[in-house]
Amino acid sequence: MNYIPNLEFKEEILKEIGIKRIDELFSDIPEIVRINRLNLPDGKTEMEVKKEITCTLKKNKRTLSFLGGGIYDNYVPSAVKAIIQRSEFYTSYTPYQPEVSQGMLQAMFEYQSMIAELTGMDAANASMYDWATSVAEAVLMCSRITKKNEFIIPKNIHWEKKSVLRNYTKGAKLKIKEIGYDEKTGEINLDELKSTINDNTAGVYVENPNFFGVLEENVADIKNIVGKTLLVVGINPLTLGIIKPPGEYGADIVVGEGQSLGSPMNFGGPLLGLFACKKEYVRQMPGRLIGMTKDSDGRTAFCMTLQTREQHIRREKAASNICTNESLCALSAVAYLSLLGSDGLEKIGKELVSKTKFLADEINKIDGYKAPLFNSCHFNEFVVKTKKDTNRIHKRLLESGIDAGIILNQHFPELGNSMLCTVSETHSKEDMLRLVDALKEVKDV
Amino acid sequence: MFRQARYDEPLIFEIGEKNTSEPQTNNIVPEKLSRKKLPDIPNLTEPEVVRHYTRLSQMNYGVDSGFYPLGSCTMKYTPKIVEEIAGFEEVNMHPHQDESTVQGSLKIMYELQEMLKEIGGVDEVTLQPAAGAHGEFTGLLIAGAYHESRNEKRTEVILPDTAHGTNPASAHMAGYDVVEIPSENGMVNLKALKNALSEKTAVFMLTNPNTLGIFEENVLDIAEMVHEAGALLYYDGANLNAVIGKARPGDMGFDIVHFNLHKTFCTPHGGGGPGAGPVGVKKFLGKFLPVPVVEHGGKKYYFNYDKPDSIGKIKGAYGNFAVLLKAYVYIKLLGGNGLKKVSEIAVLNANYMKKKLEKYFELPHKNLRKHEFVLSGSKLKEKNARTLDAAKMLLDYGLHAPTIYFPHLVDEAIMIEPTETEPKYEMDRFIDAMIKLSESPLKNYSPKNTSAGKIDEAGAVKDLVLSWKMVKER
Repeated sequence: MNYIPNLEFKEEILKEIGIKRIDELFSDIPEIVRINRLNLPDGKTEMEVKKEITCTLKKNKRTLSFLGGGIYDNYVPSAVKAIIQRSEFYTSYTPYQPEVSQGMLQAMFEYQSMIAELTGMDAANASMYDWATSVAEAVLMCSRITKKNEFIIPKNIHWEKKSVLRNYTKGAKLKIKEIGYDEKTGEINLDELKSTINDNTAGVYVENPNFFGVLEENVADIKNIVGKTLLVVGINPLTLGIIKPPGEYGADIVVGEGQSLGSPMNFGGPLLGLFACKKEYVRQMPGRLIGMTKDSDGRTAFCMTLQTREQHIRREKAASNICTNESLCALSAVAYLSLLGSDGLEKIGKELVSKTKFLADEINKIDGYKAPLFNSCHFNEFVVKTKKDTNRIHKRLLESGIDAGIILNQHFPELGNSMLCTVSETHSKEDMLRLVDALKEVKDV
Repeated sequence: MFRQARYDEPLIFEIGEKNTSEPQTNNIVPEKLSRKKLPDIPNLTEPEVVRHYTRLSQMNYGVDSGFYPLGSCTMKYTPKIVEEIAGFEEVNMHPHQDESTVQGSLKIMYELQEMLKEIGGVDEVTLQPAAGAHGEFTGLLIAGAYHESRNEKRTEVILPDTAHGTNPASAHMAGYDVVEIPSENGMVNLKALKNALSEKTAVFMLTNPNTLGIFEENVLDIAEMVHEAGALLYYDGANLNAVIGKARPGDMGFDIVHFNLHKTFCTPHGGGGPGAGPVGVKKFLGKFLPVPVVEHGGKKYYFNYDKPDSIGKIKGAYGNFAVLLKAYVYIKLLGGNGLKKVSEIAVLNANYMKKKLEKYFELPHKNLRKHEFVLSGSKLKEKNARTLDAAKMLLDYGLHAPTIYFPHLVDEAIMIEPTETEPKYEMDRFIDAMIKLSESPLKNYSPKNTSAGKIDEAGAVKDLVLSWKMVKER
């Protein structure tokens, strides 16, 4: 296959330029660093490459998986794949020329609109890299708005988010404080929040559902405690067909992971960072924003807007350095939500809650297991605590092709032997009972 | 020439019957938390949704539609096999899966790290950053960790006035003061660099060839000066397509290098993303790379988290794996011999177009160009028009416009990057269009053969409407 059309016209073009050899075009590179070629194997045909990589990928093994923790194996409808495979979409770039990019611009406007509808915010941006970087950018945004330098996060968020947050806030010299959770309910400890918040607090971050899958029942009380301090809420978008939108309980900024909306897990990327906020803060928002306007004929049209926040205009004074984002994943999300509709979203939310409850109850019946560990309503995942060695359970189950969940021992030592088990609509009752039976069979660990 | 459709396609919220459904009685979650009003997302059938987005796709211009000479973005063609492989079911793994069940993915990541080491002339690579700017940020954090480890407090990042906007923005996010130095003959002014370098300098960031498409001939002297000051030299890989297989940033003296897989390595730009921005470093910086890195021991590939000096994580999981895979497929397809042809023909094409167009437009600096060149549209002003008008006129020829008004140091800049995947006749069509419009440019031009006429961008800022909710509230 040849991807380089002008190889054949090389001589003709060289003549037009007025040189004899192609190397003359590279004469400005110091001789000492010029190389003859890279030490890589020669190129292969499409057939050879396909065969070889198919073979490599076959070394991956799908398991009956109950892994989650922010990245979920929800079903991706074929129509979503068909839409994002339209090459007019996926081979375009940032819509710098709006007159020839109306399709992607309108789709991104619809994406922003649906995220705003789900979260109860006024506007969303056209995507961030992932949930972790969305949280980090939200913290920086709060600090820009309030000119304050402390931020409060829950202790029980994904450990990767904490590390990302440390890296993103180092430059701005922000101080991150953690507050704990109630050991019975797994919900945020409101007393601790009360005593931690002070005049230097730029904002408070909470997740609903939180990392343990627990729905924060008293989330409405948080705004009363934080008062004028900014409230950032992290969400799983699939909850928002049945759960109150954060806009109704005082959120100023909403972030989350949008991967479950029509994108595969892809071994952790690309993901889709959701980022939405209230109207009054949009000028401090990171990332790309699509606005509605008119064209010269007075027809409704779309373009990038508030670009003076962005790096290509504002350079070091920009709201963020982000340029390339995750637009195609946002396109998956808007296609997915359109296919589901509000009814479908409500249905999937209910299904996940009841399936999760079913699996937790079944595991709880097994001797030596407590599930869910926390006495609360859970969405699509829950903590299982056991007297047994979770690492050994994991190894034993893997032999039967089952991944029971993320082991939490290392990151939450206070929970002892524990796992985070996640359910999706792809799990049948039989799948769940297979996990339960396998757990029952693990006796001697 | 029309290359997109011009439809009056309504918003998805305006399609079909009005959505009136109310939440079903819902005692499945606590009353305090239950949603009382469903989000305003229409309930449509699959054919309605597919038709809507198919029509929108027809109102969009991509590389598969035609010439896309967007300077600094390397809008090259993506072989279709690349997309096909990324869609394989075995790619869809959970990041927390047991290492024994993802050996295929780990092997690909490991081998890609090795390939990028060879291509960049670096010793260690992280695949974690999700984009070029994210790679810059990662590189600057690594530089910070390095200086800190030597108990040095260095607060400044120097960059030339040709730098991409992401460079100063990343430097600022990483907590540095930005020092911009002027260019001389389209290259780094060595005297200005010398004056700017001090014990406060952490990093000098450089794109080579730079955004004018000019190779920084003094790069070896620059490296020496930067290192003598105790600072590190950073390579912005946005323009690697110009020299891939011909020279390596590591050999030029760069300590930290980012790669834009969505530019040089053909992974499609996705309407704005996803991309991937792996970062390579010289050996002495390897211990600071984000965790985990993929290693190979015995018969197994595994994640190494045991890096006590690591900066930690800069995003969730391990990077944009599906994008990494696409670049891996591309490198396998082209190979060492093919990658060299990539830069040769990319540079050949750019110099051909430059030669044809320099008679009609101002060309600041007469140096040899690499994969792109920047014209000035200043002559258009004599005819009352501007670069923006030229860009909009090009759209009517069924061509995408070049990058305009960047870099800032060129008045009315027109930045053209043809890439190696463009046939000569398509470049000629672009050249002819440019010559024609240079002769009779039209002021405030509104394109006719596009999905929309000229867009009122100022109006979008003045009357800010960012969502359907804001439409309804108007």
